[in-house]
Amino acid sequence: MSIILDHVNYTYSTGTAYEIQALKDINLTIEDGQFIGIIGHTGSGKSTLIQHLNGLIKATSGAIYYNGQDIYDEDYDLRTLRTKVGLVFQYPEHQLFETTIFDDVSFGPKNQGLSKEEAGLRAFEALSMVGLDENLYYQSPFELSGGQKRRVAIAGVIAMHPDVIILDEPTAGLDPKGRDEIFDLISKMHEEKNITVVLVSHSMEDVAKYVQRIIVMNDGEVMFDDTPDEVFKHYKELEQAGLAAPQVTYLMHELKEKGLDVDVNATTIDEAKRSILKALC
Amino acid sequence: MLREITLGQYYPADSVIHKLDPRVKLVATLVYVVSLFLFKGVVGFAVITAFLVLAVKLSKVPFLYMIKGLKAIVILMILSALFNLVLTPGINPVFVLGPIKVYPEGVRMAVLMLIRLSYLIVGTSIMTLTTTPNQLTDGLETGLAPFSKIGVPVHAIAMMMSIALRFIPILIEETDLIMKAQMARGADFEKGNIIQKAKNMVPLLVPLFVSAFRRADDLAMAMEARCYTGGAGRTKMKPLRYGKADALAYIVLFAFLATVIVLRIFGY
Repeated sequence: MSIILDHVNYTYSTGTAYEIQALKDINLTIEDGQFIGIIGHTGSGKSTLIQHLNGLIKATSGAIYYNGQDIYDEDYDLRTLRTKVGLVFQYPEHQLFETTIFDDVSFGPKNQGLSKEEAGLRAFEALSMVGLDENLYYQSPFELSGGQKRRVAIAGVIAMHPDVIILDEPTAGLDPKGRDEIFDLISKMHEEKNITVVLVSHSMEDVAKYVQRIIVMNDGEVMFDDTPDEVFKHYKELEQAGLAAPQVTYLMHELKEKGLDVDVNATTIDEAKRSILKALC
Repeated sequence: MLREITLGQYYPADSVIHKLDPRVKLVATLVYVVSLFLFKGVVGFAVITAFLVLAVKLSKVPFLYMIKGLKAIVILMILSALFNLVLTPGINPVFVLGPIKVYPEGVRMAVLMLIRLSYLIVGTSIMTLTTTPNQLTDGLETGLAPFSKIGVPVHAIAMMMSIALRFIPILIEETDLIMKAQMARGADFEKGNIIQKAKNMVPLLVPLFVSAFRRADDLAMAMEARCYTGGAGRTKMKPLRYGKADALAYIVLFAFLATVIVLRIFGY
């Protein structure tokens, strides 16, 4: 059970003056239960890539298979695919529209053809999962704070019970507290429900802390696809692609250069702390 | 999926027409439209066609790109041709079907109408394709400046126009994004009858309006924060100045207009 991308190419505005090739020969396999980070600077093709995964954009050439089935088959049901591969867009709070939060979260399940009761149950479950106060459920989503709105919007996708959830910059524009809340929520989802998570971000710090595998996009191509440790070893090349490794990586490399025997592959603050303490003792 | 809309979209190219002063292009468009309704005979038509072909060639915009605009008014063209065909009175009908009588005059009118409409669209689209919205409003503002003396709020109108034009692509993009976001939640914008379809639009329209108002609010705030107070005493970073090419364009333009008028007087 997986998503496979086979030689996927995508070109925007073909045949006009604005023609851009956004994806160049992408080959990827996303296995079940993985926690993946996709990183790349603005315009590297990350957002285009993830919209291929649930069939919102059709590749100019190449094939995509979900659980072994070609999603571009004529009789393939893309709407079902979209409920299986949930996509949370950037600034998802901009898509809220219902009169109450509860109704908004039920929108997805209702589209799946579930009964009112069942959809309500799903909404309730999803809202408690994102940790929204129960008193708010029947208020207008437009009265919430930015961070709360975002959690409601994420709940709207969780309520569909997707097998894979893709989040495009889920913490953009949030304060550090809101950011931590969202990340904790995502890793909780991954652990408890064993959902495959694809996290799009341009912050290496955030990604390094949570994911098992990093896909680095650069100029429409996959530049690296490996574990965080391995990817951050190439921190000089990452810089050339307009990205940066976590600050910890730089610190560890400098300590090593100065003669302290630390593990340069540490990517999180905790790992770095342990390694430095060990080297000092 | 909405990217294909060419609503007066600018087509970047390095051509003589692109570099002309927007005021020249505005006047030229006006003259061209007037000439379309002045010509009577084949000679006049040939002159206008030559003028149009020259403009299309000089603009370096692919001709197919201009034709795209015609698609939007195909129904209007068919309808107006049909009405002209059937409703123009004459003497010797060439075709009779029950109460419907088609006269040669009707055929002539229908053909003329088709030519006029398609020439109108293609000709005016040259202006919008070769002029950025900003240049266009700049041209309008400077061109209409004399009217501000009689109380027409020229600057305000130009500012509203440029803001409206500026937001069209943003709103199109936003619509596209919200549509996708709702489709990702299983929304379907195609199925069902008209009432069902209208209902399906709610998840698209509500967020779109909310975001349009939010953007308008933000913009107003940003303008106020930069002490925008309207037109009085405002200077420009790039004031419009006529060059040699513009003078030449005016000469060609008035020669063209004079030819069309003379041809009209003599009935060609």
